[in-house]
Amino acid sequence: MPERVRVKTIMPPGHVRIPAYLRGKTGVIERALGPFPNPEQLAYGLPAASQPLYRVRFTMDELWGTAAEHPNDTLDAEIYGHWLEKV
Amino acid sequence: MMDTDGRRWHDMGGQDAGPVCADDHDFALWEKRVDALMVLCGAKGFFTVDGLRRALEDMGEDAFETMSYYERWIAAINQNLLEYGAYTPSELGERMEQIAERGPTYAAAQKAHDA
Amino acid sequence: MPHDHHDHSGLSPSGHPYRADNDTPLSYWQRMEIAVRELLIEKGHLDAAAVAAQIDAMDARSPANGAAVVARAWTDPAFKARLLDNASQACRDMGFDIGPLHLIAVENTPDTHNMIVCTLCSCYPRNLLGLPPDWYKTREYRARAVREPRAVLREFGVDLPDSTTIRVHDSTADMRYIVLSARPAGTDGMTQDQLAALVTRDSMIGTGLPRTP
Repeated sequence: MPERVRVKTIMPPGHVRIPAYLRGKTGVIERALGPFPNPEQLAYGLPAASQPLYRVRFTMDELWGTAAEHPNDTLDAEIYGHWLEKV
Repeated sequence: MMDTDGRRWHDMGGQDAGPVCADDHDFALWEKRVDALMVLCGAKGFFTVDGLRRALEDMGEDAFETMSYYERWIAAINQNLLEYGAYTPSELGERMEQIAERGPTYAAAQKAHDA
Repeated sequence: MPHDHHDHSGLSPSGHPYRADNDTPLSYWQRMEIAVRELLIEKGHLDAAAVAAQIDAMDARSPANGAAVVARAWTDPAFKARLLDNASQACRDMGFDIGPLHLIAVENTPDTHNMIVCTLCSCYPRNLLGLPPDWYKTREYRARAVREPRAVLREFGVDLPDSTTIRVHDSTADMRYIVLSARPAGTDGMTQDQLAALVTRDSMIGTGLPRTP
């Protein structure tokens, strides 16, 4: 997994744990958290495949641009590997 | 017709909203029981937290605005238990009707040996 | 029934009024709770004692647990290192039953302030701190904490200088977070219990700072 990653821009319906405000945003992997069952399958009572989970750190400048209160403040979120693309 | 960007109602991060109201309350017995049912049924594998979230999300924004937190949770728990097959809708409906006949308040509506 | 006393005691252990649920007209959703519980018990899926025991277990969890963890980290550097490395294990080592909680402690420093939110629902380290405050679950907090954390903090009475970097943590998946505040000045020589009394719930969420003596 590369250090810099971009969250996929896809916007499917259904239960996903990736906030819309992070779609398409680029951040840095803060740490790998290990494998966790995919909530997109758990939510429907299905056997869930493990997905690697990462804490990804974004700058507020990346998320909000000129609307950011302070560009260097950061936002960390946990993102499953199948939602991340190499930058 | 109004198009959508696909963002769902529960996905609130970054949306416009007013001041945070710091009010707080302690939970009523019936709310604590909903919480306990959620934990115990989850631990027994009747559903997952994501199954509950999915049901809550599918209830829509109107439920968020008009129902309290634990009202939404018991609705989501029930949805998942119906899907699991713990009981049927008509069993639930008949029991809820019996409960209404027991008395006008939460305390009065408990089974005699629980009250 | 073991929890009968809750309905009559007036104020809870934390000093808030209980909601007067037993005196208001029985609602549809309360009837559903009773019906679901009774059906689960009658069909052998649950037993009544387990429901009562789970309520007791949840009632026993409160911000005081987290405060004890923070106070120990302020006085015990080896524990602090363990807490930052694996907060779940560090809490279990202190004897707290946190179940399967995956906890991460994030440390405030002289130039960094951390703040926790869950924008998608209301994830919270409940197995350590108890149930979340109402405001944590509101649209206002969930929407704004990630875009204007400084404005939200000012509403909580915390005004941080530009020189402090704010790190917001959105609990989107399997981790839960607790903020390890910096130890307040003027607390040299205080015991762990005295220090724990300075640690507020909001300071562990990051919307507040510890009290000063």
